[in-house]
Amino acid sequence: MTLKETQDEIIEEFRIFDQWMDKYQYLIDISKDLPPLDPKYKTNEYVIEGCQSKVWLYAEMDNDVIRYVADSDAIITKGIIALLVRVLSGRKPDEVKDADLYFIEQIGLRENLSPARANGLLAMIKQMKLYALAFFAKSQ
Amino acid sequence: MLNVQKIREDFPALNQEIYGYPLVYFDNGATTHKPQIVIDTLIHLYSTVNSSVHRGMHQLSIQMTEEYENARSVVQYFINAAKREEIIFTGGTTGSINTIASSFGEAYISEGDEILITAIEHHSNIVPWQLLAERKKATIKVIPMNDRGELILDELDVLMTPQTKILALNHVSNALGTINPVKEIIEKAHERNIPVLVDGAQAIQHDKIDVQDLDCDFYAFSGHKVYGPNGIGVLYGKEEWLEKLPPYQGGGDMVSSVSFDKTTYAELPLKFEAGTANYPAAIGLGKALDYITSIGKETISEYEKTLLEYATEKMSKIDGLKFYGTSKNKISTLSFLMEGIHPSDTGLILDKMGIAVRSGTHCAQPVMTYFGIDGTVRASMVFYNTKEEIDRLYEGLIKVKQMFQ
Repeated sequence: MTLKETQDEIIEEFRIFDQWMDKYQYLIDISKDLPPLDPKYKTNEYVIEGCQSKVWLYAEMDNDVIRYVADSDAIITKGIIALLVRVLSGRKPDEVKDADLYFIEQIGLRENLSPARANGLLAMIKQMKLYALAFFAKSQ
Repeated sequence: MLNVQKIREDFPALNQEIYGYPLVYFDNGATTHKPQIVIDTLIHLYSTVNSSVHRGMHQLSIQMTEEYENARSVVQYFINAAKREEIIFTGGTTGSINTIASSFGEAYISEGDEILITAIEHHSNIVPWQLLAERKKATIKVIPMNDRGELILDELDVLMTPQTKILALNHVSNALGTINPVKEIIEKAHERNIPVLVDGAQAIQHDKIDVQDLDCDFYAFSGHKVYGPNGIGVLYGKEEWLEKLPPYQGGGDMVSSVSFDKTTYAELPLKFEAGTANYPAAIGLGKALDYITSIGKETISEYEKTLLEYATEKMSKIDGLKFYGTSKNKISTLSFLMEGIHPSDTGLILDKMGIAVRSGTHCAQPVMTYFGIDGTVRASMVFYNTKEEIDRLYEGLIKVKQMFQ
């Protein structure tokens, strides 16, 4: 699936929810699908500190694509991470570094990425792209 | 008896819907809503009088100065200061504390001295003192707290030493709601000639404050937490101290004469009010305090006590809910966690039900570290809140529990 197709698929999944609560219940549910993060990455080296919640993120190259692993101490943040990993993991660095993540706005979760939320998500996306940029630079 | 429905009509911001639900505003510890009279005052001032205070020879400036200085008197009576010169307008509690940390620190703190604070301070009553300690090679000492979130006063005698130059503590803890026995602590400090600064940011809106009765040397609070405008705060200081201290900032309004050889400073209170003051906000604050006085401080605290009792009892019924800050002596603030649920998750879901609470460390990370937690959910209630709103919070928390189980 392309970056666009995965995002469109998520948008479609969220279309059935007209209530906020259902959206958040879904995020709680999919947070459970996120594979547990190896404790060796749950350290200060990999933490993205938000005022509200913490995010841990690690990435490595698997042949020519990036594999992201991440976790958060807050469940809803973790649900959003699960979506980001689904969209960006397994893609080539070149594609991730300039990815337009339009699905976030489309499914109505943009406010969760606003600096005001201070939940580390905005910094996480930046960090995901930085990983991609670094891998891309290395491959050149 | 307080007529809460009538009071709510005075606060236009309470009357709105969030995500389709009537707003339940329990984030008063962060900022309170403003009564119509305060909003109208700001609009009126900017629409008509709008002129810079002091030394203007024209009618509008004179009028604005009169209102500004009248607001100072309102503050003076509100906290029962002996003199109006003891009331300094600042940008807020943080500004007030920094003023003293800087001016007092400059004159009275030197290498090896000790600054005493407590374990339940807001960052704004920790960091200014740390900056000072770094500058002067002084040491910060901390009065510890117990599991109920109360200060352990037995330690006071050991912690107050001949090197202790100032004690800075909050009147009420913002993170836990504990009301500290400040009068008793001030008395003990004064026995050793240690001056005391009280951070009253969370006390001023809940209890009657009498600075002469407390005998504190400095008292700081913010306008926006006591139904007044943002960007205005108060620093009360005993005249003898304010006379002795050097000015904090230099600029216009705080000088008597300026030449390149020598500048003499203005008399109190202007000595500490450099630059163009936020006079509309100061006047708005005066109106807010007048409004509170018209309702009655005692009526307000009595009603808030009933809210605290009701909320404590109601929320105790929720399995797995744990309170942080369980002192008998508390303001109407509840800090809590739901077992296994991150405070930001709780806050986010409550928000979607139109309930505004605060989640996080409440700018009091040492308190969270003490309890070994990353943060709490804080519901801070004031006299315009109702038992029905507490019921909404209770139902909201039940829903949160269901969702995360």
